[in-house]
Amino acid sequence: MSTIEERVKKIVAEQLGVKEDEIQNSSSFVEDLGADSLDTVELVMALEEEFETEIPDEEAEKITTVQEAMDYVTANQ
Amino acid sequence: MSQQSLAGKVALVTGASRGIGRAVALELGRLGATVIGTATSEAGAASISEGLAAAQVTGQGMVLNVTDAASVTELLKAIAEEYGAPLILVNNAGITKDNLMMRMKDDEWDAVIDTNLKSVYRTSKACLRGMTKARWGRIINISSVVATMGNMGQANYAASKAGVEGFTRSLARELGSRNITVNSVAPGFIATDMTEVLPEAQKELLVNQIPLARLGQPEEIAAAVGFLASEPAAYITGETLHVNGGMNMR
Repeated sequence: MSTIEERVKKIVAEQLGVKEDEIQNSSSFVEDLGADSLDTVELVMALEEEFETEIPDEEAEKITTVQEAMDYVTANQ
Repeated sequence: MSQQSLAGKVALVTGASRGIGRAVALELGRLGATVIGTATSEAGAASISEGLAAAQVTGQGMVLNVTDAASVTELLKAIAEEYGAPLILVNNAGITKDNLMMRMKDDEWDAVIDTNLKSVYRTSKACLRGMTKARWGRIINISSVVATMGNMGQANYAASKAGVEGFTRSLARELGSRNITVNSVAPGFIATDMTEVLPEAQKELLVNQIPLARLGQPEEIAAAVGFLASEPAAYITGETLHVNGGMNMR
């Protein structure tokens, strides 16, 4: 069983087409990893699927970095 | 164009029990797609299933009320389980409730806008996840010549169809990066139940304004939809293809 960190990074890598070792916890999806607005929406949907949860829009807006994604998932497990 | 260019793709066609929708469902099937056609009733869905089976097309008819978000969700779930996510969506379901503006009732306005325009929002949104994941998709909205020409007694219908064309262009911009094309086909006057109800005199008047001097056939619209769904049309998006016998050249 992979850790939350590994699962989040795997999804980010797949969704944004970047290598996993380029992804830092502090990486911003838009500024560091080159995501556009549609990418971020797709990323949130992919996280929802992976962790079988629903992320409300107002929460989704706050998830802008890898760390924030991991924090959200951890807090809502 | 390869005869089976859509093989392996699932297509969803709303309002497929008769007229243009039925012809579109059969055409996409002929091109190799698995086709789900929707109707508002069980009888309509059964008739779609029969038509597809007779043409040896994989797929079936299913019940859908395009004005009900829950019905759309349920349908998409059923399709995904049985066939996989639809990557081709043809928004064809539509109604008319004609009346002169001075006599038009709120429910005539609302029903036409809801069934013809908001439905396109509902079904398109429901199909987007599958298409963005696949990095391939085709959304084809059936508009009308009335969207650009206007027509007496059809302010509600014309508004809904012009809305569909604006929707088409916006969505085309949103989804281009995902290799999803969004186009409209705007039929002129086509020989279907919708135009069958027009008085003879009005039909004659109409035909006189059509350079090709006849009503179109549903299959002639279906051919345009089949083209836009196919791989050779991959570089066309945000476009409205007019198929009207020349009655509205621009």
